[in-house]
Amino acid sequence: MIVTERKPLEEILESLKNDRKLFIVGCQGCPEGASTGGPEELDSLKIQLADQGKEITDTSLVDFLCNKVLVGKRLVRKEMAILESDAVLVVSCGIGVQATGAMIPRPVIPALNTLSMGGVQGLWPSSERCGECGDCMLETTGGICPITTCAKSLLNGPCGGSHEGKCEVDPEKDCGWYLIYERLKTLERTQNLMKIQPLRNYGKMDFPIERRHTIYWALEEEERSRR
Amino acid sequence: MSLLSEKLKKGEFVVTSEVGPPKGANVEGMLEEAKQLGERVQAINVTDLQSSVMRVGSLAVSKLLLDNGLEPVYQLTCRDRNRLALQSDLLNAFVFGIQNVLCITGDHTCLGDHPEAKPVFDLDSVSLLQTAVTLESGKDLSGNELDGSPSFFKGAVVAPAADPVEPQLIKMEKKLAAGAQFFQTQAVYDPKQFESFMKKAQTFGVPVLLGLVLLKSPGMAKFMNENVAGVFVPDEIIKEMDVDKKDRKKKSMEIAVRLIKQMKSMCQGVHFMPLGWESLVLEIMGEAGL
Repeated sequence: MIVTERKPLEEILESLKNDRKLFIVGCQGCPEGASTGGPEELDSLKIQLADQGKEITDTSLVDFLCNKVLVGKRLVRKEMAILESDAVLVVSCGIGVQATGAMIPRPVIPALNTLSMGGVQGLWPSSERCGECGDCMLETTGGICPITTCAKSLLNGPCGGSHEGKCEVDPEKDCGWYLIYERLKTLERTQNLMKIQPLRNYGKMDFPIERRHTIYWALEEEERSRR
Repeated sequence: MSLLSEKLKKGEFVVTSEVGPPKGANVEGMLEEAKQLGERVQAINVTDLQSSVMRVGSLAVSKLLLDNGLEPVYQLTCRDRNRLALQSDLLNAFVFGIQNVLCITGDHTCLGDHPEAKPVFDLDSVSLLQTAVTLESGKDLSGNELDGSPSFFKGAVVAPAADPVEPQLIKMEKKLAAGAQFFQTQAVYDPKQFESFMKKAQTFGVPVLLGLVLLKSPGMAKFMNENVAGVFVPDEIIKEMDVDKKDRKKKSMEIAVRLIKQMKSMCQGVHFMPLGWESLVLEIMGEAGL
């Protein structure tokens, strides 16, 4: 199961400061298990955001947001509400945010930070990758992760090695920042690129002790005690 | 303050060039080249393991240049050091008396002669510029007080011939906001392209030094077009270089002189990357009226 944590509300509101009408997508897979997503969390987010003057156009819960085909099928039913929204808040791991961003023509805003992909083998049918950085910035990058798409995991735009949309390490490989630039152009949010990102906190990549009280962790502990 | 910054502040047209430290312990040859250049150019860039090839470091060679009465531009990349080492090297540079620092992301390790090495990129060009500013303010990146703060003349790079160019311009603006005080460009061979780039870049009000790599052969030009990001040599220039081997130096100089004459009014200086043809730089400068 992928372990996630809720971003502080202030951080989510900062990402949404120019967006009033919101659509919320939640993943019913791992976030529900980690108590960071699922129906209750979605309801509580809805209330918290409404309190802050946001209009929630609609919500949608998808079994597995990492399955892009499923995401597309489910969200097409709510197309009107999505198109009416300024942005889409996604309550899932980084892969779900990226998969959603790839399927809809609206900016996606992550509500969670992804801490560990432990045990995810077997799922994950889409090409998106999450770097488990613990400090998701997909809201500024049009839903494309620079940690995993840029060969240098740069946070502030393409390096001098970006050439006609390709990466200096491999002419077959897309430049992640070029993809981000193109996506932001279609979302009319290229101004996002002007934001200077804070330095990464690599400490966040360590599995935090307070997150250990998860089913995943408990099962492993139980295994160990049985041995 | 560095002489480079003083001259740029006064609005004088400046010329910089660069040396690449050797692979191995013999630095004499490189120092000779640097001294030759130093007679005429304002400052000399020292590349930092350029193309990710292991060699003598840019900090040591920058210090050697200083000891020889030359003004270095210390190039610092984010490829090989994390934020502790980068901050420390900035302090090291300052205590050595090095004032000009060029903050670069750096090529990926897999392009060099140790492709198995771990690429660091803890910081990038933008956050490295911010880091220099943070140290200047008397603090380190963790907010700890410094006992004595450094000060730098901070430079950055931009590629006017990049395709697409808009992300480059956005990043240039970001570097400016992060603390860049001058820019040196990647090589430019198309005055029209440079003109349209400068139209936007000059609104930033920061000195821009036009980058020039001396062409050595049509093959080199084609190679750069295919392999070096952000460099574009137009076909006409490639054709022009198609002369007898013995005439290539002359042709290369002719092209460089012409490009400088065409573009010098658009920028605040020229940065030569002679790649071994250091001896031509002085002559080119003379003929271009620099």
